Amino acid sequence: MAILSLDGLSKRFGGLQAVDNVSFCVQQGAIKALIGPNGAGKTTLFNLISGFIPPDSGTITFDGSPVQRLRPHQVAARGMARTFQHIRLFPKMTAIENIMVGRHVHGRAGFVAGMLNLPFTWKEERLIREQSLEVMEFLGIADLAGAEATRLAYGQQRIVELGRALACGPRLLLVDEPAAGLNMRETAEMASLISRIRDRGVTVLLVEHDMSLVMNISDEIVVLSYGQKIADDQPLAIQKNREVIRVYLGEEHAAD
Amino acid sequence: MRPKHLQMIGFLGLVVAIQLVTRATDSAYHLTQLTMTAYYSLLVIGLCMLIGYAGQISLGHAGFFSIGGYIAAYLTTHDLSAHKGAAFVALFAKAGLLRTRPDLYGGDLLTVQPWAACLAALAVTAVVAYLVGGPVLKLRGHYLAMATLGFGIIIYRIVLGTTALGAADGISDVPGFSLLPGIEVSGNSSLRVMNYYIAWGLVAAGMVLLLNLIHSRVGRALASIHGAEDAADAMGIPTARYKLKTFVLSAVFAALAGVMLTHYNGGIGPSEASVMKSVRYVAIVAIGGMANLWGALFMSLGLNYLSLRGYFGTYDDAVFGGILIVIMLFAPDGLLRKQLLSDVRRLFAGRTAGGGA
Repeated sequence: MAILSLDGLSKRFGGLQAVDNVSFCVQQGAIKALIGPNGAGKTTLFNLISGFIPPDSGTITFDGSPVQRLRPHQVAARGMARTFQHIRLFPKMTAIENIMVGRHVHGRAGFVAGMLNLPFTWKEERLIREQSLEVMEFLGIADLAGAEATRLAYGQQRIVELGRALACGPRLLLVDEPAAGLNMRETAEMASLISRIRDRGVTVLLVEHDMSLVMNISDEIVVLSYGQKIADDQPLAIQKNREVIRVYLGEEHAAD
Repeated sequence: MRPKHLQMIGFLGLVVAIQLVTRATDSAYHLTQLTMTAYYSLLVIGLCMLIGYAGQISLGHAGFFSIGGYIAAYLTTHDLSAHKGAAFVALFAKAGLLRTRPDLYGGDLLTVQPWAACLAALAVTAVVAYLVGGPVLKLRGHYLAMATLGFGIIIYRIVLGTTALGAADGISDVPGFSLLPGIEVSGNSSLRVMNYYIAWGLVAAGMVLLLNLIHSRVGRALASIHGAEDAADAMGIPTARYKLKTFVLSAVFAALAGVMLTHYNGGIGPSEASVMKSVRYVAIVAIGGMANLWGALFMSLGLNYLSLRGYFGTYDDAVFGGILIVIMLFAPDGLLRKQLLSDVRRLFAGRTAGGGA
């Protein structure tokens, strides 16, 4: 069953057709990767799906209902969380506080309850903290809980950001270039984390340049080039796809 | 005992100590300026919540202060005797919203009850803040500052140009405000000590509410909006709604300050709505450390008191303008921050290291 399906999605920025009539599905419980050369429209597609920019045309169906007109926070509240290509952690907050923000949609203490420090909010805060710590333990970063998030090592920041998205309790997790800036060992760790997240029942859609990561963990791969979908298949088939080889490596390789 | 309780106890201790000192030194007249300082501080802590924690600037808070003050002043002084026959007057009277009191010349005035006037002032301010904040908070940085500045100027010109509001003279002869039997907000010198404690008690209550808020789920959400708005949005936080609610909250703090100070002073004039007042409040929040409620409160206590006692003379506005320039140049994150000590240490460490090399 498809948890996410895009149908005829298009977005134009001035003279640039960033996303051109793209359609594909993400099956529940799968890891699907989105690859393509620089400027292929991968991040634009992510921003369309997560509600950061509205599409010019086409529909996005998440869990059976259209979401292409919703704002990012509404999309998140329906169970879709994301990370960012350029890490967007909250400065001046500890790692666990960053992750606690991820639990926001599951809390209900508002302005009045907060100002009056009502008893139900104490219990809620304790629960949020416990659940956030559980997420950190799952990701193996519980020892970083009290550290200021933006002062952590780069690889650790990526994992905290992943934890923050995971704390939302999403059914679909969008991960934008999780291995960017990581070394080989860290990339392998990231790959295993993403597999374990999928094993918990979270569907994953990821944008990634690192082919070792993509080929190892993806169930299916969509390839974009100049905003158009040129392939949508299993990893082995993608590796043999002539069109994909042509856009990545050039004409002469495709002819071989 | 937790540190936040210790801070509050220390603050209440200071309030009591100041009163005891003025009593021992027979200088209770200082309490008048200290009471006025308290009401300005109520506005400042609300503004600190908006600027420091939600990350939104407002150069229009003197406007909200004045909306509150002017509504309270107008409703509690405007004589409705002439409209006794009107349906709305009968309705208000039936609801217990009106009262008769003797005027200065021995006649009778029929006016709105101070409690009703206060609630009306807060409600109207909240609605105005909601209507203004909705579109204006879509702006950021300089643009937001300009838009709120524009709002402040509009309110100033309205109160200055409206005859019913006393134009340049403002509204005077505003009666005292009986909070409870025997407890009255008024400038009557026999009630000076009581008013000092009412005012600072309100500030303490406001501090408790705001400190609770910043340590709550909402406070964490506001900090995340301040830090990285797009990421906060992606975590399911309705950023626009949270900013707007904080804006309205801080406007209501300002309006309450305006209502109380108007009853205490027995009147209000257009200078309370002037843009320089708004600049002053922002300067105090800035020097207090932006995201530091206690810092803003203590800076407000010190600077407002000095200003009201006339220590800055004719340079009053220039002092606050100067503070704002210096803070923006040398400490754009505010002066009294948590990292202040470590910053100073680093500065000196840098000097010594540089000297050694």
